[in-house]
Amino acid sequence: MKPPPFAYHAPRTVDGVLAALAELGDEGKVLAGGQSLVPMLNMRLAQPEALVDLSRVDGLDAIEVTDTHVRVEARVTHERLRRDPRVTPAVPLLRQALDWVAHPVIRNRGTSVGSIVHADPAAELPAVLGLLGGHMELRRVDGSREVAGRDYLLSPLDSDTAPEELAVAAVFPRPSAHTGSSFLELARRHGDYALAGVGAVVRLDEDRRLVSAEVACIGVGGVPVYVGLTEALRGQPHDALDLADAVGLVRAAIDPSDDIHATGAYRTHLTGVLAERALTQATAHATHEEIAA
Amino acid sequence: MTTKLFGTPVARSEDPRLLRGEGRYLDDLGHDAYHVGIVRSPHAHARILGIDVTAALEVPGLIAIHTFDDLPERLREPLPLLIPHPSIRDGRTQYVLARDEVNYLGEAVAMVIAEDRYAAEDALELIDVDYEPLPPVVGPEAARAAERTVHAGIDDNVGARYEQTIGDAAAAIADAPNVLEFRLDIERSASMPMEGRGTLARWDADESMLRVHSSTQAPTSVRAAVAAYLELPLQQVECVTPDIGGGFGVKIVHPWPEEILVPWAARELGHPVKFVEDRREHFISATHERAQVQFLKVGFDDDGRILGLDVELLHDHGAYMPYGVIVPIITSTQLLGPYRIEQYRVVFDSVYTNTVPVTPYRGAGRPQGCFAMERTMDRIARHLGKDRTDVRRVNMLEPEELPYDYGLIFQDGRPYRYDSGDFPASLAKLKELVDWDGFEARREAAAAEGRLLGIGMAAYVEGTGVGPYEGGHVLVEPNGTVQVATGLSTQGQGHETAFAQIVADELGVPFASVRVVTGDTRRFRYAVGTFASRAAVMSGNAIHLAAVKVKDKALKIASEALEVDVEDLELAEGQVRVKGSPETAIDLNVVATMSNPLRYAFDESARIATQFATPASLDRPPVGDDDEPGLEGTDYYSPVSSTFANGMHAVEVAIDPQTSDVTIERYAVVHDCGTLINPRIVEGQVLGGVAQGVGGALYERMAYDANGQLNNASFMDFLIPYSTEVPHVDIDHLETPSPLNPLGIKGAGEAGVIPGSAAIASAIEDAIGARVDAMPIGPAQVHALRCASDERSAIPGRDRVEVPR
Repeated sequence: MKPPPFAYHAPRTVDGVLAALAELGDEGKVLAGGQSLVPMLNMRLAQPEALVDLSRVDGLDAIEVTDTHVRVEARVTHERLRRDPRVTPAVPLLRQALDWVAHPVIRNRGTSVGSIVHADPAAELPAVLGLLGGHMELRRVDGSREVAGRDYLLSPLDSDTAPEELAVAAVFPRPSAHTGSSFLELARRHGDYALAGVGAVVRLDEDRRLVSAEVACIGVGGVPVYVGLTEALRGQPHDALDLADAVGLVRAAIDPSDDIHATGAYRTHLTGVLAERALTQATAHATHEEIAA
Repeated sequence: MTTKLFGTPVARSEDPRLLRGEGRYLDDLGHDAYHVGIVRSPHAHARILGIDVTAALEVPGLIAIHTFDDLPERLREPLPLLIPHPSIRDGRTQYVLARDEVNYLGEAVAMVIAEDRYAAEDALELIDVDYEPLPPVVGPEAARAAERTVHAGIDDNVGARYEQTIGDAAAAIADAPNVLEFRLDIERSASMPMEGRGTLARWDADESMLRVHSSTQAPTSVRAAVAAYLELPLQQVECVTPDIGGGFGVKIVHPWPEEILVPWAARELGHPVKFVEDRREHFISATHERAQVQFLKVGFDDDGRILGLDVELLHDHGAYMPYGVIVPIITSTQLLGPYRIEQYRVVFDSVYTNTVPVTPYRGAGRPQGCFAMERTMDRIARHLGKDRTDVRRVNMLEPEELPYDYGLIFQDGRPYRYDSGDFPASLAKLKELVDWDGFEARREAAAAEGRLLGIGMAAYVEGTGVGPYEGGHVLVEPNGTVQVATGLSTQGQGHETAFAQIVADELGVPFASVRVVTGDTRRFRYAVGTFASRAAVMSGNAIHLAAVKVKDKALKIASEALEVDVEDLELAEGQVRVKGSPETAIDLNVVATMSNPLRYAFDESARIATQFATPASLDRPPVGDDDEPGLEGTDYYSPVSSTFANGMHAVEVAIDPQTSDVTIERYAVVHDCGTLINPRIVEGQVLGGVAQGVGGALYERMAYDANGQLNNASFMDFLIPYSTEVPHVDIDHLETPSPLNPLGIKGAGEAGVIPGSAAIASAIEDAIGARVDAMPIGPAQVHALRCASDERSAIPGRDRVEVPR
């Protein structure tokens, strides 16, 4: 479990990173927190010719909280984001999801943007980004672009990032008023990638009836599976939810396969249970948000 | 110094070093050494047609590559079958490097030596082995079906078949008013120490000495094996164990291929060489344990009393059987637990499969046996509608029936005879500790909150302290330091502390002045090893006996010096002193100086022992015929048979009614390992065992697919419980001394792990009302059981149809 030889670049500026990536093309790989990449290197599952390490870059470490969004730059660790007191009031779903991310030692080094780029099917943050309608900011030497969170993950461990591009930030929009959210998982062990996880966002109207609802399911497909539940739930009162149809829709939307940790059938069942609980919690959260507002 | 240390919770003296990262493990040694990398078979079963190393020769830093054909003749012989047994029909073992066939994924095929591990792994990737894949045999039932074979010439895949009986079980079952018949399954797990295997060797050409450091539980036997394979006199080989980051059984296996290859290469190259196993290698080339399929038939009366028990075990020992049939023999005997079983038949088939070999992992066959017996007890209770503890109680041996000889042969080739214990008292303590009788109220309260609770228990008896022997050496230096050595090695059990307690008490010296060395053949050459919860019993008693010798000698010397009868003297506070008048005393270190008659006063304190200083009797020689210089003693402890510890665990679980996730809410342990040397260490051993028991019950399985590929060979997918998954454990002790040894102690090392699966299965079954017959069990399995049970019957807790054999 030692990596093969690779060249190591540690630019001091973002431009330096972009130049290195442009020059290296397919042979380069960005190293941020290294919590996924380093094990893959050690097991020789990834054998890049060169690593471009972000750890010495001046910048790329801001958490920007505005009236409209939370913008998280590439070097921000999960734990910094989780503990930032401005983040939870602005985008509660971030904290709700980050509580499930691995263990403190991993969160202390692993980066939130890196996790999204890595595109693990069971990772929480890609689903959060998609569910909130956020986007990624990508830069290259000769330009930049934005990719919607929902479109960014292509397949397991593959995101829409060109070799010469750097994902500089993820932008999470603030939810509108009367919106509540929740993130729930079941993992075999505390902090493991989940057998299944569900993030839920619901919005209520003035009468506390559901206006919109959507869940994102992780660990049950190659990429997060988003299930719109507005049709099924619109108009339901917050304190007398009937979620049976919604749960049915969620289970119908996924088709997880068997693996060594659980059968697909169990994961389907579990996702329904988690969706029911997450929708219930998100609805309660929405009423609390309303009171707080 | 009158305070007795024996029996008190002395803090472990090794902990500050280990916890500060100051431990010295195998990979901390030999920074100048070349590194070994091993080409391992990617196939579960294949013929090797050729090996092309050409591309690898270009790797910078490469020193050498070896395949089977390069090895000297002695190294081309199969590795030893360590424990021969008459039941073994055809015991196959592997070669240090595969000759022409590989029989499990991970089997060693070629050796690379390079300047560092990076270069070694670069070269490994470039070695091209031409394999002709053969159909693999995966799982014990595939082995039994014998449509394919692992080894040519063993058509039924059976390596050993062994039957033991007490009375006539078949007749007793036929006459019994109640009969149940069922099948149980336990999957594979493994010891998984934090530190994997590792060996470092240095050849000193000037002195023709080979020094081997190895992370092993059997240093004296590694030394002997290395000497034999390298055709060196034993006196030219030393084996030293550094700190060892856990063993749990896997490191009792020896010699590993690397344990022979590394010393050989070091001598060939005249340069230190080391092998440090990585985690992926540990999964596929160290050993596993646990896998068994069990078929049981039990006859019992209306009180639940077992009248006859018939057990057939299908034991998967993997591709080779280096450790013989120890695991299934232990299952066959220890299955009996604390119960009076007078009509018993047990037979095992130990079968070859194309998987990593199986050798003892902490518990060593006992968790499987306990699972079989305790699942049986629960079935009987359910069948009769009785409390599960009542059924156990009626079957338990009464204290006055002990010693109790079952008439079976144990793993040491000696009678299976329980020496002491009070099982009913343990059961009563356990029920109180977990509030067994109050459980139904808790269940109802939980049900009202929509929570599903269950309680379960399991009991075991553990044969510990197996022979043949261990030795101890105790030496009082003239500076007052007491040096203690024993041959077996330490993997974190606290031997430095426990053995020092024994010696400090016996010699009346401060605990801090006692230094303990284990597992170093330079210090003690005769030993067996660390396994079977034997170190405290075997080495503890041997060291005690050696300390008694030292004490007797000190008393004799002091008696002459003080002109006081031996009977009137005592050792205390670092002195030999007159009982009742402690001011008449002589320091023990002075006695040590006096014990060695000198010509030269190399320092001031030595003057008293020189030839003109001592008023010695001129009628006898300075060292008498029955005497030796030095205040030291060596002694050995060798018991006639094992001593049997026992214990019982109770578990309360909560099942999430929707997700079927299992949470352990209470875990209670009652433990009797005889007289306690150090309760803190024993509790640590129990807690660690419970953690591994939880792992075996809820998490750990080797996920082999039908092709013999191991699909979870990493800590990401092979689930060992984190601290967050291990429950708080309430522990209570009973101390029933063993009559077999001077200290009255029994082993404690494996106890905690044994009943984990049985107790947790019992609790889950109680919670969900559906049979739990296979372990480990996770939420997906619990969910499936509950769904199946809902289909069969709407009434939870009703007895199910028995599965025929």
